[in-house]
Amino acid sequence: MKIVVLVKQVPDSGAERNLRAEDNTVDRASANNVINEMDEYAIEEALRLQEAHGGEVTVLTMGPQRATESIRKALSMGPDGAVHVVDDALSGTDALGTSKVLAKALERLNADVIICGAESTDARGQVLPHMLAERLGVAALTGARKLTVDGSQLTIERQTEEGYEVVTAATPAIVSVWDTINEPRYPSFKGIMAAKKKPVETLSIADLGVDAGEVGWAGAQTTVKEHTKRPPRSAGQKVTDSGEGGVALVDYLSSEKFV
Amino acid sequence: MDMASIVRLLPTPEAHELLELAEELAEKELAPKVDDFEARGEFPREIIRTLGRSGLLGLPYAEEFGGAAQPYEVYLQVLEVLATRWAAVAEAISVHTLACYPLYYHGTAEQKERWLPSMLGGELLGAYCLSEPAGGSDAANLTTKAALTDGQYLINGTKAWITHGGVADFYNVFCRTSGPGASGISCLLAEAGTPGLNPQARERTMGLKSSPVAQIAFDNAPVTADRLIGQEGEGFRIAMGALDSGRLGIAACAVGLAQGALDYATGYARERTQFGKPIIDFQGLSFMLSDAATQIAAARALTLYAARLRDLGRPYSIEAAKAKLFATDMAMKVTTDMVQVLGGAGYVADHPVERYFREAKVLQIVEGTNQIQRLVIARSLAKG
Ligand SMILES: Cc1cc2nc3c(=O)[nH]c(=O)nc-3n(C[C@H](O)[C@H](O)[C@H](O)COP(=O)(O)OP(=O)(O)OC[C@H]3O[C@@H](n4cnc5c(N)ncnc54)[C@H](O)[C@@H]3O)c2cc1C
Repeated sequence: MKIVVLVKQVPDSGAERNLRAEDNTVDRASANNVINEMDEYAIEEALRLQEAHGGEVTVLTMGPQRATESIRKALSMGPDGAVHVVDDALSGTDALGTSKVLAKALERLNADVIICGAESTDARGQVLPHMLAERLGVAALTGARKLTVDGSQLTIERQTEEGYEVVTAATPAIVSVWDTINEPRYPSFKGIMAAKKKPVETLSIADLGVDAGEVGWAGAQTTVKEHTKRPPRSAGQKVTDSGEGGVALVDYLSSEKFV
Repeated sequence: MDMASIVRLLPTPEAHELLELAEELAEKELAPKVDDFEARGEFPREIIRTLGRSGLLGLPYAEEFGGAAQPYEVYLQVLEVLATRWAAVAEAISVHTLACYPLYYHGTAEQKERWLPSMLGGELLGAYCLSEPAGGSDAANLTTKAALTDGQYLINGTKAWITHGGVADFYNVFCRTSGPGASGISCLLAEAGTPGLNPQARERTMGLKSSPVAQIAFDNAPVTADRLIGQEGEGFRIAMGALDSGRLGIAACAVGLAQGALDYATGYARERTQFGKPIIDFQGLSFMLSDAATQIAAARALTLYAARLRDLGRPYSIEAAKAKLFATDMAMKVTTDMVQVLGGAGYVADHPVERYFREAKVLQIVEGTNQIQRLVIARSLAKG
């Protein structure tokens, strides 16, 4: 089974993140850049598939040069190799353009299963898996909290607000996963050492037959016009318990749909 | 000053990556869980397995047996990082590494091939049984006996204070196979589950509450003769050699522990205000922090100096004794002072400094009390 995992480098969601004043894009230069959290679950799921069914796991990343750190980190968890699409012309590319580039790269990789995180913590659009499925003409099994494989049949439990739906499709297909699907492993020291020797193929957009005009600022179909800082947190709601505290608490929790 | 800002002198880029991995594991696996496990006194077996899978249970041993071939100066800094968050886990790794020492350095090629890969592989955990109820410091007079008949030793006696007693997968047992004194002692590698190898009830310890310590009663416990490590009569020498290395591990734990206490107390002193300003702005208080930072840096330097001697193949046992002595006395002093920095808050379990304080105490006792370290150093001075 050939498995490709999509891995994106993003600014650490645990730290302060900013958009750049000049072009409203994510400030990646000053941020501590890490593997998109959800992608670690995608890598773990890919490795588990490989352990159960054999085959090969390839990491696919589109991103600037420094994304190699995240690629090495991903490889240290266990995948066999990586493909890195890196090109100056890609700066400013929107989701649609990204899906175009990744689809071209995926066409070359001939995956049976493509696994990715359900969203990235920087943009949180959740659109990419669907766009890729459309471009590649394969099924999209999105938002999985569980994945099982039986021959060429994939079955997921698709997480919803109320519960889950069972969705099946034949390979090739793209599966996006939530962090409920597994518990990602830590890299091992041996894995870190081995990752240095694993092949990482770098591709430019020319290699993929994509025109500079189709991507980057020029090709973007969407632009961010302006942005403002998130307002500071408003003060919480205080309930003074005069015997009715429990009721107020339950009322609040149910109004927020926690219970 | 916190862990992240410690400038580490490491020999290779891979060592930096290993330290980053240790930092990640400490932050994600240890820090969030330590309070709960310590409060319940539960041994974190699964967490240690997780560290094992990352390769942390065989760091200073050769790759051919599944180790990571790291020099001691690197291995010790990993222990230090872990000890800043959870001393019992760092100590567990140190004791396990100690328990692999006899086979690694004194086993035959065949013995090593047979047992070392699983011992270093991360899934198994070792124990080291030297102390006895009647003899801790005076280990050469131990009384646990092993008699050889028909190709197997039968062990009888009681070992005391055994870290991992009851949870270990293998036990190094130092026992008497012939006459009195050091030359009558041998080292046997016994498996957990050997009939007659009976871990007793856990001791109720002051600190390191998640680390199980128990007596092991041996009642005609059979261990096949192929599990004798080294020659008969070499056991004491093996035990002392292992402890030279083990003491470096304890010293590193002490450095990490003290650093953890300093980091916490410093953060507190910046936030806590009295008389209208942060207490760190009072010189009387901040000088305690300065002294702690200085003592920690000195202990780290001494410990790593001893480790570097070891890595170079030079004699290091006296330097290891000095490092163990200095670093653990330092940790006791620093953790006492860090309780003081927090005032009343330092005395309650809502803050970790009282835990660090309780943990520091045992480091002055294990793997040779600090009196015994002084004795070792004094002997070398007397000899000239
Ligand atoms: C939590 C914990 C974990 C331990 N884990 C292990 C383990 O895994 N394996 C193991 O084998 N042991 C272990 N030990 C035992 C430890 O190594 C011994 O407690 C230690 O060596 C001291 O021996 P003792 O307790 O018998 O004290 P004693 O030897 O009775 O010493 C009592 C006091 O007398 C002092 N003293 C003794 N002789 C001299 C001397 N010649 N000069 C000056 N002072 C002297 C000592 O320093 C000490 O202060 C552990 C102990 C503890 C508390």
